[in-house]
Amino acid sequence: MADLTASDSAARRQRVRAGLKRRHLGEQLFRGFGLLAIAVALGFVALLFIDIGRKGIPAFVQTNLHLAVTFDPAVIKLDPKPEPSQFASEAEYRAASLAWQRDAALLNWNKIVEAALRQAAPAGFDIDARALLRIPETNARHQLREMFVANPDLLGQTVEVDLLGSADTDNWVKGNIDRSLGDAQQQLAPEARALIDQFQQEGIISTGFAWSIFTNVDSRSAPASAGLLGAFMGTLWMMLIVIVLAVPIGVAAAIYLEEFAPKSRLTDLIEVNINNLAAVPSIVFGLLGAAVFVNWAHLPLSAPLVGGLVLTLMTLPTIIIATRGALLGVSPALRQAALGMGASKTQMVFHHVLPVTFPSILTATILGVAHALGETAPLLLIGMKAFVASVPATPLDQATALPVQIYLWQGNENRNFFEPRTAAAIIVLLAVMIILNGAAIYLRSRLEKRA
Amino acid sequence: MDLMSGKVKMTQQTVTTSMNPSEGLDRPIRLTARDVTVHYGAKQALFGISIDIPDRAVTAFIGPSGCGKSTFLRCINRMNDTIEGARVGGTIRLDGQDIYAPDLDVVELRARVGMVFQKPNPFPKSIYDNVAYGPRIHGLARNKADLDEIVISSLRKAGLFEEVKDRLNEPGTGLSGGQQQRLCIARAIAVGPEVILMDEPCSALDPIATAIIEELIDELRENYTIVIVTHSMQQAARVSQRTAFFHLGNLIEQGKTEDIFTNPVNKQTQDYIMGRIG
Repeated sequence: MADLTASDSAARRQRVRAGLKRRHLGEQLFRGFGLLAIAVALGFVALLFIDIGRKGIPAFVQTNLHLAVTFDPAVIKLDPKPEPSQFASEAEYRAASLAWQRDAALLNWNKIVEAALRQAAPAGFDIDARALLRIPETNARHQLREMFVANPDLLGQTVEVDLLGSADTDNWVKGNIDRSLGDAQQQLAPEARALIDQFQQEGIISTGFAWSIFTNVDSRSAPASAGLLGAFMGTLWMMLIVIVLAVPIGVAAAIYLEEFAPKSRLTDLIEVNINNLAAVPSIVFGLLGAAVFVNWAHLPLSAPLVGGLVLTLMTLPTIIIATRGALLGVSPALRQAALGMGASKTQMVFHHVLPVTFPSILTATILGVAHALGETAPLLLIGMKAFVASVPATPLDQATALPVQIYLWQGNENRNFFEPRTAAAIIVLLAVMIILNGAAIYLRSRLEKRA
Repeated sequence: MDLMSGKVKMTQQTVTTSMNPSEGLDRPIRLTARDVTVHYGAKQALFGISIDIPDRAVTAFIGPSGCGKSTFLRCINRMNDTIEGARVGGTIRLDGQDIYAPDLDVVELRARVGMVFQKPNPFPKSIYDNVAYGPRIHGLARNKADLDEIVISSLRKAGLFEEVKDRLNEPGTGLSGGQQQRLCIARAIAVGPEVILMDEPCSALDPIATAIIEELIDELRENYTIVIVTHSMQQAARVSQRTAFFHLGNLIEQGKTEDIFTNPVNKQTQDYIMGRIG
């Protein structure tokens, strides 16, 4: 090194310096592209959230009608409600009670609704019954009937009742429909529109938080009362089934493949297949579910059980791959320590390897389940897109799921009412996902800190 | 130490050893190895190792990197079983019993032959649980008091108890490197092994921690048969009574430590000890 002259080293430094500029430029360019990519990605996420929020948040507000309802004996011509003491046996009482309720259902409760509306309208306001009855939601008559069946003492009384405004009323009040459009293009008659404005000024019509989105099931005849409870419960059942089936099977399969299975052509084949299964389009799993669970095993259509099974099949490869990755990441030193102590292979896995990989397995599992819950396509093929207006009490009951409900509402012909509803359902689904992902992150950081 | 590869041309030794496996032994023999070979797939790592290991003494395996000393050590508690494609030939007997016999249970063997690894590898559990793990899985303690007793006495024997007695429930991974290694020794002792294998136990430690461990090894030999693999010839000279020199998968020379270091018979041993190879 001593033969290096001063001019040599100066020339070398010169050359390094010349290249330096280009290197820095390259670095800055790369950073710039990175920032740009992140900015674009965040921009789209922000756009999505802003758009959905703008569209969906108004749907969480509903239009209410406060009316003084008179349970008019002239309309409600009904025998007194049967009492258990009048009957010899429980069965007889139940039969009589059912007959009485059927009679109550046959009455024209719309008369009561109409009377209450006319009562609230200015004296002599001219509007025909059909136009008037389009102001409250069509389920108003059922609501009043249920009140009366629960409490027959209301007969002849006048009580304050909150009724739901119809979807058309809701649109008019929220300004979702252009007020300058002609009568032919309006959903409500001119008198009804005028009356709604009048009601709003008098405080008879007001707006409030739409709890019904969370407490009601889907409805087509009374769209303003359509809620997500049924879909939510369907999703919950499926989530339970996926967690109960996919997690133990997936984790056990991964442990066996990674820790116990001899390396052979068969295990190689299984591995390749699992990786391929993870890439199979979800709708194919739906077809499989329709063929195997519905056609062959005769499980009911539209049941969360079948949906859960299909989503389990879909999630299994993800969980197996993630778990194997986590197991692979465990340091050999820990395995050797356990084996060197005389632990058997099973003891090594369950005492040492699994505890340290637990956080990653848990996160992968939650993310896999969350992914499955957002899945729509396979559910369409096993009948879960049917209109179901009840809450599934068991996994064998007909149900739909949150993403499918979004799909159904998106397709509803009452566009200007269901567009916000759809966005609201998307907000609910996203909230469920964010909660699940948040739980995954929280549990992971907590468990990792402990380990 | 890695300089050996290529620097010094070595012809492959075909004669396993020119020496009697029990040369200079003045203690009863605990372990006997005869013609032990190891293949990793197609590659042969050990060429017919024959050695006798005396009871309650420290036997050191020395030699340059890749010479097979760790491989041979791992044959003694069958840790090579866990490596895919590893095949072991020849016989190793512990108290006359063939440890590669089909009816021998590896789990039982490893309870008799404990191991301390190169890098301290305590379990990510509390200090107490680290030491209690072996007795627990082997069912050595009848009750909690029994287990406490085993844990405390093992930590005492490993010279760690005074330092950790107030924090037995804290994670073992929070200790310093030297303390972790002593914890690993305590963990090995807790099972009550007859033989303790140590695979370069001080190579990841600073000189002070090394000195403490060496002192500990010297104490432990009163009760245990110890086999230690080391890179450091000084360490071998300090702690061992017998030394075996490995080179390129062959056992070149073995004997009393002072003989090996002061009067080696083989030219290669001489070169290694003088620092000319390795």
